[in-house]
Amino acid sequence: MTRRSTLTSGLICAAVLAISSCGGRSSNTNSQTPTTPTGPNVQAITVNSGPAGNYANGAFTSVTVCVPGTSTCQTIDGVLVDTGSSGLRILSSVLTLSLPQQNASDGNPVVECLPFITSYTWGPVQTADIEIADEKASSTPVQVLSDTDFTAPSSCTSNGSSSDTLANLGANGLLGVSQFAQDCGPGCVQADNPPGSSPPNVYYECPSSTGTCQSIWQALSQQLQNPVTLFASDNNGVIIELPAATSPEATLSGSLVFGIGTQANNGLNGATVYTTDANGDFTTSYNNNSYSQSFIDSGSNGIYFLTESQTGIPTCPDMPDFYCPSGTENLTATNQGTNGASGGVSFSVANADDLPDDAVLGQLAGPNTLSGFDWGLSFFYGRNLYTAIEGASTPGGTGPYWAY
Amino acid sequence: MDKRMSVRACAARARLIFLSIALCTSLMLVRPAFGGLGDDASSVQVDQLHFRGSLRTTHSDGYTVHEIESGNGIIVREYVSPSGKVFAVAWQGPWLPDMRQLLSTYFQQYQQAQQQQMNSHTGRKPLAIRQPGLVLQSGGHMRAFKGRAYIPDLLPAGVTPEEIQ
Repeated sequence: MTRRSTLTSGLICAAVLAISSCGGRSSNTNSQTPTTPTGPNVQAITVNSGPAGNYANGAFTSVTVCVPGTSTCQTIDGVLVDTGSSGLRILSSVLTLSLPQQNASDGNPVVECLPFITSYTWGPVQTADIEIADEKASSTPVQVLSDTDFTAPSSCTSNGSSSDTLANLGANGLLGVSQFAQDCGPGCVQADNPPGSSPPNVYYECPSSTGTCQSIWQALSQQLQNPVTLFASDNNGVIIELPAATSPEATLSGSLVFGIGTQANNGLNGATVYTTDANGDFTTSYNNNSYSQSFIDSGSNGIYFLTESQTGIPTCPDMPDFYCPSGTENLTATNQGTNGASGGVSFSVANADDLPDDAVLGQLAGPNTLSGFDWGLSFFYGRNLYTAIEGASTPGGTGPYWAY
Repeated sequence: MDKRMSVRACAARARLIFLSIALCTSLMLVRPAFGGLGDDASSVQVDQLHFRGSLRTTHSDGYTVHEIESGNGIIVREYVSPSGKVFAVAWQGPWLPDMRQLLSTYFQQYQQAQQQQMNSHTGRKPLAIRQPGLVLQSGGHMRAFKGRAYIPDLLPAGVTPEEIQ
């Protein structure tokens, strides 16, 4: 297919999604309606179309960043709550504060390149105090997303397209609150790698804005941090609480609760704990087959699983990344943690071409050819979803785990 | 050399450097120094050097698999047909491999597919390209990526996409 026809099909997809409509049906049949929690560890979140106005199934919140140790602060809204990455990343275009730059041992600025599946982020690592609800993470490395502050080297642009603009990111920033305490972890620490190996193309030092950046090793404490780990309390994980979305909606309001079992409002309340492996994955079984590279990720915007041939559900004629069954399919799967805990899940797959142009689409689904199940934000609807951080102790055991 | 002369010489040198870069770039566009998808089997060695990895070769029914494992945990597999073409590639690891190197002349289509996905009104999800000349799937998350790409027309007889992992 030529570039033109690719673009054309993209426009057709957008148009089809925009003009279609359909009635909604229940997404998660085993859902419960959570009550709204209150307290100093509770931050409001909203599923809506986001600051770019085109996001489906994204949970947004606001985050306050301050020049470390001062009351010079800026509150940034439209930040995507992402349990699939770690660290706070903010678009340079929305940041009005001047934050201190992190420098490498030779004094050159540290700049990061973080790959995602559909893009990469590039920009300098700076230091901020992060305030969310009544929690605070002091002097935390954050990434300022900018294609222009420093010239991205070929080893970074080889990840594909950058998402350093509002149009591309669809958000003013990412609040990464995954199971991992840092984004890169031991993979970027020299002592944790075989002698003679090169640093991965994640952290760089750049001699000047146009100079050639070189990848560097980066100590854990200098990497982007899951800010929750730096809170004085409520620092062992998060809960995302969202009501059920039985039909397409424009918005859905919920809560991001910090801590697990640290306050009266964040106990496990009988939720099942599913521990995960070193990659942050667990196993999902479907149709008598099990897929050990499955995961839960609030930053994914639908339920992505298996292939046309494995599910018998056709993908959309013009969009190979979505399923288009002739009628809504009601399916079941079983999630299993590395601790052996298992539980059934019911979910529905609607024809993506027939879904309306709403932000809350509980039945949006598509294939995920090689990695089993990617349970995106629609899986969170109607659940209290706990993400426990690696090494953190909780009433449900030591993280990492998911519980719901 | 007076200051004006040195400025002129410097400008001339800069022009020369610029022309050299332009020439090199245009040569690279004509014949990329990349290995990978769609290239000859000999490009596997280029890739091995580029990825600074160890090479392991296995023979299957109808094709040869060259597996390159680099020190930082990224594994790349290149599938070579009996006619000597890299008809498929697969990757997995904590990060993406150098996709420009691995996808060679198909990199631009990968980049465009990502851009198209961001332009549509949706957020993050696995990447899928299904075109007559290229099929690509990429998925996973931070610290665990996995994907594959193949050229349907180059698949040897009897080889199914499921074998490319």
